[in-house]
Amino acid sequence: MTTRTLRRRGTAAAALVSLVALTFAACGGDDSDEPSELDPDADLSKQTIVVSNWADYMPPDIAEKVEQETGAKVEITEHATNEDMVAKVVGSGGEGLDVVFGSQPYLQAFAEEGLLEPLDTEYLENWDSLDPKAQDLAEVDDQPYFAPYTWGTTGICYRTDLVDEAPTSWYDLLEPEEQYRGKITMMGTERWAVLPAQKALGYSVNTTDEDEMEDVKELMLAAKPHLLAYDDTTFYERLVSGEAVMVEAWDGWCNYGIAENPKIDFVVPEEGSDLWVDAIGILKSSENKEAAYAFVDTILDPENHAWASENILYNVPNDEAVSLLPEKLTEQYATLGARREEMLQGENMVDIGDASSLYNRIITEVTASDE
Amino acid sequence: MSDLRQRQRRLARLAEPAVLLTPGLLFTAIFVGAPVLLVLAYMFAERGRFGGVEWTFTLENFRRANDALYLDVLWSSIGIAGTATAIALVIGYPTAYAITRLPRRWRTVALVLVVVPFWTNFLIRMYAWIVLLNSQGVVNDTLVGSGVTDERRSFLYTDGAVVAGLVYVYLPLMILPLYAAIERVEGELMEASSDLGASKVRTFWSVLLPLTLPGAITGSILVFVPSLGNFVVPELLGGGKTVMVGNLIRDQFLKVQDWPFGSVLAFVVVVALFVMFLLQAVVTRRIEGGGRHA
Repeated sequence: MTTRTLRRRGTAAAALVSLVALTFAACGGDDSDEPSELDPDADLSKQTIVVSNWADYMPPDIAEKVEQETGAKVEITEHATNEDMVAKVVGSGGEGLDVVFGSQPYLQAFAEEGLLEPLDTEYLENWDSLDPKAQDLAEVDDQPYFAPYTWGTTGICYRTDLVDEAPTSWYDLLEPEEQYRGKITMMGTERWAVLPAQKALGYSVNTTDEDEMEDVKELMLAAKPHLLAYDDTTFYERLVSGEAVMVEAWDGWCNYGIAENPKIDFVVPEEGSDLWVDAIGILKSSENKEAAYAFVDTILDPENHAWASENILYNVPNDEAVSLLPEKLTEQYATLGARREEMLQGENMVDIGDASSLYNRIITEVTASDE
Repeated sequence: MSDLRQRQRRLARLAEPAVLLTPGLLFTAIFVGAPVLLVLAYMFAERGRFGGVEWTFTLENFRRANDALYLDVLWSSIGIAGTATAIALVIGYPTAYAITRLPRRWRTVALVLVVVPFWTNFLIRMYAWIVLLNSQGVVNDTLVGSGVTDERRSFLYTDGAVVAGLVYVYLPLMILPLYAAIERVEGELMEASSDLGASKVRTFWSVLLPLTLPGAITGSILVFVPSLGNFVVPELLGGGKTVMVGNLIRDQFLKVQDWPFGSVLAFVVVVALFVMFLLQAVVTRRIEGGGRHA
């Protein structure tokens, strides 16, 4: 049985981070962007780190593993959303927190505000097993700042036995054939609500152009009458029950549907899609950086990193971990196996700062409109 | 001597309520007053370049709230909440009346049954509706299975489903004050009315309704206020296709981090509700005052 992690990858990262920055500016941290000097002979058994992560998002015995292998003690605290995590960092001024899991836009903003420790990858033995593309995405100003943990894309998840032809385009979702009308869901969360229309029209998922977003709105308004619902959390269940035949879905979440019904498949439409990344950062304020590095390195150990694919059915940006996955798994879930490359052709989704209010306005106009 | 004692007594009489009120007042001041003041302050602040709150005075948020888009959402929310309230009243009044006519023993049982749904988690009850009403759900299975219809249809994800959900959730809040109000009306009054030749309908309109109007208003407010602010029902039973003002406010705080604008929207709702409470107070006073001089 799959553990499901309900997560929201919001985009107004910088909004929160500016708050954090204010908090830290008062503390006058050092602004150098060189990795701290680490003591290679540090006694890790004297260090305890606190890690904040989403529930069920890493191996449950990871703390024991780290302690066995390195001596460092790990305490784990959970956050429900990225916003939650940022609030924690603000609330404590970084005190009592060493390592955070978060989505890329948030960690990027953290890095830009000088809250994250630039990574000295020399100290991470498993860094090289990461996919080169993921290594690039971890960079802010040509300096790696966080360790990519999972990544994925958005596409169409559908019932092979309830559609005549497999969908190939975002238009199959936006302008469905007669018989599928009222059996389609799309997401209502800001970035993913607009993504199908953005991509169908050939625009960037990070566009901040008002005219382009106006076109996006028109297309969404035309699509609304054909929708069963806007759904961010239960779309795969609707496919399993047959309430819906085609839904906009994240690849990992489509896998939750496949787990219950093999007649479900996932496709990345020909117009392309996004590539989102969740990663691990070390806070600059941490006083146990040696232990923090040891923790990150343990997570990146291919055997541990593979856990995320096996248990939450997400892609991991770790080539060695992927090669360890059991054949049965990669056969059952094409997005973890044969079609993994296709998943990762997406456009990297980054923070759009102020444009989030433009996005929000358009989504409000669409969802509040009468059909 | 007796004067002094009287004054002491008078003071003691005043001191007692003061002591008794202190914990409540303190709690309210800290946990209601302070947050409200904070919201009031946020309304005039700016969302910084990266969001958050910047303490620069501005009236921009009010200008934005005047936008037709947001006013439309507010009006449609008032419409949905108002419809739900009206339906709850139409269902709740006869129900409350019927309960008052039961033998005393059964009255308690009936009232417990009215309240029982409150003991079940709200989300579970919403999902139960989804399980019942979706196109592959229990109701459709029954209809198709028994041959009533051969076409499956979803009863969910419309404004109607949102109204139904709100009525279901808040109906007990309508029934309880109505029951209390109807029970207080003495049977003799109704008898007198029919002795004087009034029909049942006339008795209802001229005797029962005026005497129980305060209960009806209380119940209506108890249903209307939470309906207006609810954002879970539109999301789950409206399938996200119906946006109410509660959803808008939640999104400002949790999705776009535009706290100042969210504060203005919340303030608009509070003002709308305040006006309604005022109306209720005026109407109630007129009825009760009128009753005394009749």
